[in-house]
Amino acid sequence: MPQHDVLVIGAGLAGQRAALAAAGEGASVGIISKVHPVRSHSNAAQGGINAALDPQDSWESHAFDTVKGSDYLGDQDAIEIMCREAPGEILDLEHLGVTFHRNEEGRLGKRAFGGASAARTYYVADITGQAILHVLYEQLMKHDEVYRYEEWFTTSLVQNDDGRIAGAVTRNIRDGSMELFAAKAVILATGGNGQIYDPTTNALICTGDGIAMAYRIGAPLMDMEMIQYHPTTLAGLGLLITEGARGEGAQLFNAEGERFMEKYAPNKMELASRDVVSRAEQTEIDAGRGFPDGTVALDVTVVPRKRIHEALREIVNVGRDFAGVDITREPIHVKPGNHYVMGGIKTDVHGETPIPGLYAAGECACVSVHGGNRLGANSLLDTLVFGRRSGEHAARAVRATPPPEPARAALRDEERLIGAVIGRASGERRVSELKAELGKTMDKYVAVFRDEDGLRIALEVVRRLKEEARDVAIDDKGTVFNQDVLGALELEFMLDNAECTVVSAIERKESRGAQYRTDYPERNDEDWLKHITVLPNGGEPEISYSEVTLTQWQPEERTY
Amino acid sequence: MPDYQLKIRRFDPESGEAAYWADYTAELPPERSVLDGILQVKDREDASIGIRCSCRAAICGSCGVRINGRSRLACNTKIGDAAAGARDGAITVEPMGNMPVIKDLITDMEAVHWKKVQRIVPWLLPAEEPPEGREYTVPAEAMLDVTQAMACIHCGVCVSACLSMEVDPDFIGPAALAKAYRFVGDPRDGEQETRLRDLAEDPHGIYDCTHCFACVEVCPKDVAPMDQIMRLRRRAGSDFDIKDSNNGYGHEKAFVNIVEKWGTNHEAQLLPRSFGDGSLVKGQLRPSGARQLTAELPTAFRGLRSGKVSPRKALLHPKLPDQKQVRRIFKEIESKGERLELNMYIVGESGGEEEGVMAEGGGEA
Repeated sequence: MPQHDVLVIGAGLAGQRAALAAAGEGASVGIISKVHPVRSHSNAAQGGINAALDPQDSWESHAFDTVKGSDYLGDQDAIEIMCREAPGEILDLEHLGVTFHRNEEGRLGKRAFGGASAARTYYVADITGQAILHVLYEQLMKHDEVYRYEEWFTTSLVQNDDGRIAGAVTRNIRDGSMELFAAKAVILATGGNGQIYDPTTNALICTGDGIAMAYRIGAPLMDMEMIQYHPTTLAGLGLLITEGARGEGAQLFNAEGERFMEKYAPNKMELASRDVVSRAEQTEIDAGRGFPDGTVALDVTVVPRKRIHEALREIVNVGRDFAGVDITREPIHVKPGNHYVMGGIKTDVHGETPIPGLYAAGECACVSVHGGNRLGANSLLDTLVFGRRSGEHAARAVRATPPPEPARAALRDEERLIGAVIGRASGERRVSELKAELGKTMDKYVAVFRDEDGLRIALEVVRRLKEEARDVAIDDKGTVFNQDVLGALELEFMLDNAECTVVSAIERKESRGAQYRTDYPERNDEDWLKHITVLPNGGEPEISYSEVTLTQWQPEERTY
Repeated sequence: MPDYQLKIRRFDPESGEAAYWADYTAELPPERSVLDGILQVKDREDASIGIRCSCRAAICGSCGVRINGRSRLACNTKIGDAAAGARDGAITVEPMGNMPVIKDLITDMEAVHWKKVQRIVPWLLPAEEPPEGREYTVPAEAMLDVTQAMACIHCGVCVSACLSMEVDPDFIGPAALAKAYRFVGDPRDGEQETRLRDLAEDPHGIYDCTHCFACVEVCPKDVAPMDQIMRLRRRAGSDFDIKDSNNGYGHEKAFVNIVEKWGTNHEAQLLPRSFGDGSLVKGQLRPSGARQLTAELPTAFRGLRSGKVSPRKALLHPKLPDQKQVRRIFKEIESKGERLELNMYIVGESGGEEEGVMAEGGGEA
């Protein structure tokens, strides 16, 4: 039985940062990932990372922008910590070797981003996430005291009798063997759940595994209704065009050639926060002023060619390879598309959940620094700041903890369960069918605009799919790289995520951030300036509430 | 919607059987990807087909395979283009080359690629302690210069296509060497000379690349690994004057000198000049050069006997008719005060107004 002080599950930015931080505190650390770490979805963060590093800027300004961006649902104590620690985090990364873009003086260069009152986004062309991920992986290769379990799939978390976390059950994807890991602390860094939507900018691996595993053992999920639709995704495939494009000056037009953001955000225009821009686009499209493929146009040609090549190279490739469009010469069609979950596993500012020894960081966590709407380039920051804080805190907290002895029964249960899935006679429906139905349903009813009727339909579909998922067909009977059985497990994780999202969206009877209810179109601070949390009760999510922490900013009307 | 025939190379390590081809049909628009085709087959017909994939957008680097024999990412290969390039109408999809196969289209990247990455000491070795409370000051161009190597997604497609690695499996290879340039080109790194000396002296290092362009052609991210290897060579040879014991430096110098003089390669002089850092006289006078030349004599005799080389060809090598033009290029380049390294992020002063991005390495099968 592999044994570690700190076991990190997920090896994107949050996970790798947590592992390095825990190792730095002298803990023995294992890091498990269902894909090779550099395949993680942190790669896809193109635009950059926010920090008030410039002496002209201030962390308070960054924090206020984040609070306002969150539509006042973000917890201000956590936001303050994130924004205060941001400059140090950027410098640490730079010192480790991240190749941040420089200005003419050779100092860190920055670009503008949405919802920000100053240009404070630091970047590596438009491969920022990839560049940081690869540099952290360089450090993992250097520090071999962090033990890497690459291509291992975690199926469940294990607790002691007293409720403290004791480890996790995993499957080695390469040979199909099951293993019980013992750990004094477990940090979940498993990323988002975008795959519950179709289309989505998220990778196929973003199936909300950690969110579901934590929920199943009774860790509360928070703000699950807050699902971000990114304003510039490609129709059909849902691939992302970075907000950096608008940061560099690109403009949005409807099919009538009107720069419509003038109507919705006369001051910030295309650089209003994402929920605002996505709603504006969807309003235009729904009013018949979009293109026949249900899109609006993003015009990048206004950005000088030299600058496009230097700073937006990746989306030149995306346009060329996936839309057949040369964005340096013509506008590209875009629409709002599923991108990010602001909600997740509820944690305190150290990343710890109410379950002793269980931590969460990054997109799977909800601290909550994003509240109702995340600002562009705050997600990388969130992963790094709270990844590091979780790693440090977990390592220090378990120094006196005796080695846990997770019950072998947990391993045998999971083995039996997976064996039963593989051994199933032919099921009624295929994993892919169920997944497709879930994705289309969520994108139809739990999207930019929502209402009670649609949400009820979505809930009904999700609950039916949960039933059907227990009996899906499995073609692959093998042990080596049996992706089929993992797909079935992921589907069940996804359905738990979706159910919590829909139930929370039904509960919040107001419009705030990414949750816009056409039947409750106003923000209602009196009744709803609070987090919705869910816990499993008899297999169904049970609602409770949690206060929003306000420090220095009282809710105001939000205009851009 | 058109039907596409997919011929997928299957291998089940648990069956005890050899790999085999299996035929499938996918139905989707031509602009969708080969990966979409494979996923559709998995979804509808046989979910046991093994392929790593995640982002669908050529960012994560998971889905490297060979399509119609050519190494590429399945997600940024349009299925219509692949069909147009297929023999017998069926698109063939098989695992990448130069790596062991684990199952179906899944290869062991760990055993080959990541081992080679580990070999190049893949982390920054800063020259000095980081400045207190601020970043290192670094020229903007230097960061853009290494960003091309940073753009590598470690998909292994270049490793799969590398012809040198096929002959010498120990060759460090295009991806890992491109990664090495990311440190050698980074002004913050303090061990550039040590790194270069190490990679030049390693017989499987920078001079083991045969300059065949295969990696440049297949790289889905325009990293142009061979260009990065050439940068390493330029730094090693011109900036640090590293003359390696394998004569990689001498060989390159000899080649350049010969082309300057004759315009085309003068085979008979390449070897002796290689042993003399490019100079014919030095190559023959140096004891080490003379010793190595003598050792190579049997090869020369074999060439003579088989008729591949004739005494006439060996001694007389004609200049190109307009050799002056070649010299002019040499003069032009040598007149520059410093070396200007362009890459995909730095496209020259004007931004290359005339050529569009669609022309650059756009994806046909």
